[in-house]
Amino acid sequence: MIVTSTLLAIVLAPLIGALLAGLLRKQIGRIGAHSVTILGVGIACGLSLWVFWQLVWGGAAIYNHNIYTWFQIGSIGAHIGFQIDRLSALMMVVVSFVSLMVHIYTVGYMAEDDGYQRFFAYIALFTFFMLMLVMSNNFLQLFFGWEGVGLVSYLLIGFWYGKPSASRAGMKAFIVNRVGDLGFVLGIAAVLYFLGSLSYSQVFAHAPSLVGRGIEIIPGHTWSAATLICILLFIGAMGKSAQVPLHVWLPDSMEGPTPISALIHAATMVTAGVFMVARMSPLFELSTTALSMVLVIGATGAFFLGLIGITQWDIKRVIAYSTLSQLGYMMAALGASAYAAGIFHLMTHAFFKALLFLGAGSVIMAMHHEQDMRYMGGLRRYMPITYFTMWVGALALCGIPPFSGFYSKDAIIDAVGMSHIWGSGYAYWCVLLGVFVTATYTFRMMYLTFHGKERFRVDQHAGHVHHDDAQHERGVLAHTPHESPWVVTLPLVLLAIPSLLVGMFAVQPLLYGNFFGSAIFVLPAHNVLGEMATHFHGTLALTLHAVFTAPFWIAIAGIVVTSYIYLINPALADVIKRALGPIYRVIDNKFYFDEFYDAVFARGGVALGRVLWKRADDGAIDGVIVNGSAALVNRVATRARALQSGLLYHYAFAMILGLILLLAGFVFVGHA
Amino acid sequence: MITLAHYIVLGAVLFCIAVAGIFINRKNVIVLLMAIELMLLAVNINFIAFSRFLGDVSGQVFVFFILTVAAAEAAIGLAILTLLFRNRRTINVAEFDDLRG
Repeated sequence: MIVTSTLLAIVLAPLIGALLAGLLRKQIGRIGAHSVTILGVGIACGLSLWVFWQLVWGGAAIYNHNIYTWFQIGSIGAHIGFQIDRLSALMMVVVSFVSLMVHIYTVGYMAEDDGYQRFFAYIALFTFFMLMLVMSNNFLQLFFGWEGVGLVSYLLIGFWYGKPSASRAGMKAFIVNRVGDLGFVLGIAAVLYFLGSLSYSQVFAHAPSLVGRGIEIIPGHTWSAATLICILLFIGAMGKSAQVPLHVWLPDSMEGPTPISALIHAATMVTAGVFMVARMSPLFELSTTALSMVLVIGATGAFFLGLIGITQWDIKRVIAYSTLSQLGYMMAALGASAYAAGIFHLMTHAFFKALLFLGAGSVIMAMHHEQDMRYMGGLRRYMPITYFTMWVGALALCGIPPFSGFYSKDAIIDAVGMSHIWGSGYAYWCVLLGVFVTATYTFRMMYLTFHGKERFRVDQHAGHVHHDDAQHERGVLAHTPHESPWVVTLPLVLLAIPSLLVGMFAVQPLLYGNFFGSAIFVLPAHNVLGEMATHFHGTLALTLHAVFTAPFWIAIAGIVVTSYIYLINPALADVIKRALGPIYRVIDNKFYFDEFYDAVFARGGVALGRVLWKRADDGAIDGVIVNGSAALVNRVATRARALQSGLLYHYAFAMILGLILLLAGFVFVGHA
Repeated sequence: MITLAHYIVLGAVLFCIAVAGIFINRKNVIVLLMAIELMLLAVNINFIAFSRFLGDVSGQVFVFFILTVAAAEAAIGLAILTLLFRNRRTINVAEFDDLRG
């Protein structure tokens, strides 16, 4: 039995923690700030686990109630309510658990930062918004959470607001997300227009009535209502989940502190789009066109954005591009109607990607905020816990059995391979080759960071400078790197455990056991997971069978190639780079997306603004209407003033003339 | 035999001389005042002529009023003229164009 007060406690505990830490930061101090927020998120995590347990093993019914009515206009109601089924409960557990780990980690990572309390207030506030998003039972509350996490993301990317690159990256993330959110708002409006309700249960119940309905936006072209709604909603997901071509903000968001890269830009917020599409499965199932779009865009990101990761030198950016690639996998799974596989990968990815980011943060701390892997190397001797836990994350990311990533990614690749919708052939090759790319960038990052020669030197007199890369010589450390404190390594270990195990235990119920029940709806014609279930003979068999499948050997090939290049023959990397000159340059420049947007949208916008300013505002409005009317009066008056000679006899003459004309008129025209 | 027409023509002639005096005179404000007086007198002649012709004395009563007003007007006009001359040291009409646009 799930009661309302439990759910309220889950969302309000982080909010209260955030408010206390944010508003009373002077009074409660550093220890007070991290205590209240960790307590708040801890309560949310504990209760989320309890709710999850109740739903899965305790036999509790699905909770779906409105608890507060904001306003009611005719038949349209704006409510705050919760819909707790297995999908949202799973998300709640993932969000609150990763958030708790990040809170604990932050105690160590931000220990020397001036904005300590502010940071805790933000991440607790983020947890509140994210929980509101996943627990919502209507589109309006979903949108509230959606915009809320976007806001906190902006605040946290620009957390070090004194750094111009950070505040620019924050604005970039916000603006790119606006593009997606425009689609999202239009999508919600379209749902309201066609189905007359914002509540999930009513919308999904009436969703089949959309079939055959259309809307004529451009006269003469009728668009299917279901396709229109789904594509608009998916544009929102593209912004939030950083899908091609709205992905450009995510790599730049690495300007923020590392804990938020782990929490927001890898594990939770960016998966909001994936969650939303899975939640809207009853709508997306109605439109094969929209599913094809989801599939193709996801698969494109999975392969091509992963390629960029191979060329990056910043350790966080490698993981950021990896995140883009993995989000592409999740979207591809949704496009292939394997919603459960997408959510499964979302969960495993949340654990191992948060782990990798936090591990990278630990490395960055050891290197005194140096993020360039060219100045790392050989760190395994200094930080064994970080080293081992990051290997767990790396192997999970590459999809090596029996790490969790194997189960989820393998399911996605199979599901895409079995899909028959338009674009599935292309998508299959993308996700398959993406495995090679994933293995390559992951192992390259691990080798460059932890193996090989030390590419930094220790100079005791170099001074102790933080956040100030320009000031001190690169690759010079004040003292030898050392393992991070326990508040940092504890979350690493706690995240490594699910990264290793969760796939093994969850694969059978989640993918083949109809775990989500009514939360996810799949048409029988699209049911690739059901088809895959017929070949499923237990988790152990699946794991052992991996050695006979293509993805496994492709991953191994990637690992072997990368190992050879970075461990045995480092000169080969430059040879390959030169041999692939033009291709390398295109990838190194991230396919020129930023340059394209800069040239077309940014400069185009400026140019358009300049035209409107010069021509429309200065020219038409100021020149013609405002100053023009005054100038016209002036010109007429300049002529007319000549009549005012000031000489009495001229006026008298005019009077006489007028009199004569009047009389003449009177005489000649008569009394008519 | 002097008829009504003779008087009216005389009035019209006097009026035209006064108008011409206003227009042609470019030098002297006093001439201007005199021309205005002449205009009033031309009107007076018309009044008296019609009064006599129609046998109605109210026209002649009007003339007295006009003469009175004309006398007052001349007094005030000359006073203004004196002040004007004191301030501007001239009575040249062409120079009084302060209201020119």
